[in-house]
Amino acid sequence: MTTQPLVVFDRVAKRYGDHVAVEPMDLEIRKGEFLAIMGSSGCGKTTTLRMLAGLDTPSEGEIRLDGRRINDLPTWSRDTPMVWQSLALFPFLTVRENVEFSLRMRGVGKAERRQRADKWLERMQITEFAERNVAHLSGGQRQRVALARSLVTEPEILLLDEPLSALDAHLKVRMQAVLSNLQRELGITFVYVTHSQSEAFSMADRVVIMSRGRIEQVGAPQEIYRSPRNRFVAEFLGSSNVFGGRVAESAGGGILVETSSGAFAVPTGEGTRPRPGDEATFVVSDDRIQLSGSRPISGNALEATVVAEEFVGATAVVHLEGVGGHELRAQKSHDELAHLTLSPGAKVWMSWGPEAAHLLPGQ
Amino acid sequence: MNRSAPIDWGLRAYVGLTFAFVFAPIAASFVFSFNVDRFPSLPLGGFSLTWYQQVAADPLVWEGLRNTLIVGVTVAVLATALGFGAAYTDFRYKFFGKSLYLALALLPPTIPVVILGLAMLAFLSNIGLSGGVHSIVIAHVVMCAPFAMAIIRLRLSQMDPSLEAAAWNLGASQWVAMRHVILPFCRPAIFAALFITMAVSFDEFAVSWFVSGLNETLPVKVLGFLQGQVSPKINVIGTFVFLTSMTLVILAQVLLMKRSAGRASGQ
Repeated sequence: MTTQPLVVFDRVAKRYGDHVAVEPMDLEIRKGEFLAIMGSSGCGKTTTLRMLAGLDTPSEGEIRLDGRRINDLPTWSRDTPMVWQSLALFPFLTVRENVEFSLRMRGVGKAERRQRADKWLERMQITEFAERNVAHLSGGQRQRVALARSLVTEPEILLLDEPLSALDAHLKVRMQAVLSNLQRELGITFVYVTHSQSEAFSMADRVVIMSRGRIEQVGAPQEIYRSPRNRFVAEFLGSSNVFGGRVAESAGGGILVETSSGAFAVPTGEGTRPRPGDEATFVVSDDRIQLSGSRPISGNALEATVVAEEFVGATAVVHLEGVGGHELRAQKSHDELAHLTLSPGAKVWMSWGPEAAHLLPGQ
Repeated sequence: MNRSAPIDWGLRAYVGLTFAFVFAPIAASFVFSFNVDRFPSLPLGGFSLTWYQQVAADPLVWEGLRNTLIVGVTVAVLATALGFGAAYTDFRYKFFGKSLYLALALLPPTIPVVILGLAMLAFLSNIGLSGGVHSIVIAHVVMCAPFAMAIIRLRLSQMDPSLEAAAWNLGASQWVAMRHVILPFCRPAIFAALFITMAVSFDEFAVSWFVSGLNETLPVKVLGFLQGQVSPKINVIGTFVFLTSMTLVILAQVLLMKRSAGRASGQ
């Protein structure tokens, strides 16, 4: 992977009148990576994608593609094809004509157009539908037509705006595999906008988490999952227990954080160590929590009340409530839970090794 | 479902009577156009094409027909073009005063034709454009453009709003996307609008009467015939005008129905 980024967002912001859709942001997209931009609706992820596609113009800042400023380049002069949430296939054209569309718009001759379209029809396994109207295809087939239509010009980058949201769960997983393989084989950059954590984390090399027009965190899925940067990300991912409190003392390789649920030891990294009296927030991933019927001899522990048990395949997520309605969770295999009483209202002890806690660098 | 036979038959009779009420005068006109007698009376005198021959030999009728056709075709093209522009503006842009713009664009058909005709006459003679075929064209375009706009607007409202942006994104400039995406998508509605506006112009009497001067269209000529004498030629012309308008309206209807059927299987 080269160090030269393919796309650079340099203090790019988008405003509609008084409404700020995207706050000034910096983002580098590398050549050949699968980047997912994730967030809930209205977080600015689609606006970011549309600015990259040239469908929206940034209010300030600069977008560079291959080192060239593209702010004022209209979308039809860029080669940044997009796969739309609605797919936006042309209903009055056949599958082949849809795939040939962008070649036709670029003045490619008939024979070459046909040959290049055929290649993509075959690659996407839709050759047999070539002469059909797109209206007569299934959801998965339409998805493949949309991909072929966008990729036929062999672009360096493909933009995808929640393309799988209309599919049923089974097909969604199949198309995820198709997309991942395609991206790996082609080696081009995919920028994938989604609100679905599972889509983003299962396909992407790097994930950008956005909220209210701001980038909250950028990183590899594991990295974000293990060390969320702030409380928003931790809560957004939803699989961590979040504790907020004050630093009581600084000792050894960590600090002691005093919370409403008790005092807990939290390791600190290389960076600046918070001083006693500072506010501190740390998270403990739900799969690193131990549950027991009695107080463990050592380590961080707290007593909580069982609220409900949720079965997720081979594991179960136990939802608990701590002091003052503090929402907590633990993910365990069924075997590990067999010896515990987990009826709603039951009291259990949660504990974790000090290394399982992760101090959030930001609030 | 449990249905009562008498009510069922009653409703059918009701529908039948309604149609009879609407179509009886037209049917009578049609029947009498083939009647040999000079005055419409029963029993019928006998089958004859005399009146058709007389109409065909009448230079005034031909002149009226010529004017009607010129006006109808010109109006259809202009009104559809204007209506398309207005509908596309509504589809594509958000701007201050848009609801006022829409209300104004759809206003003309709600104005009583006599008032519209008088106003057109006053306006056109003020700017020196009255008394010609072009006067009728101008007046009819004003009356017909809203119909075209309504039809095309309906079609555009069924379009995935991403479709046009998708075309831009795939390398089509705005004009090219208009030609390759918007126009093909609207094609059935555009043809329907052409037929409907032509039919409206073809039948229209009051406004034409005010502004036409010496260049009368067929419906205005008919009034002239009626004032001079009662002639079965009117039945012949009436039959012709009715058949032409109905053909245009049915063509438009077929186009619009085909379109919704295609859409139903589409999405």
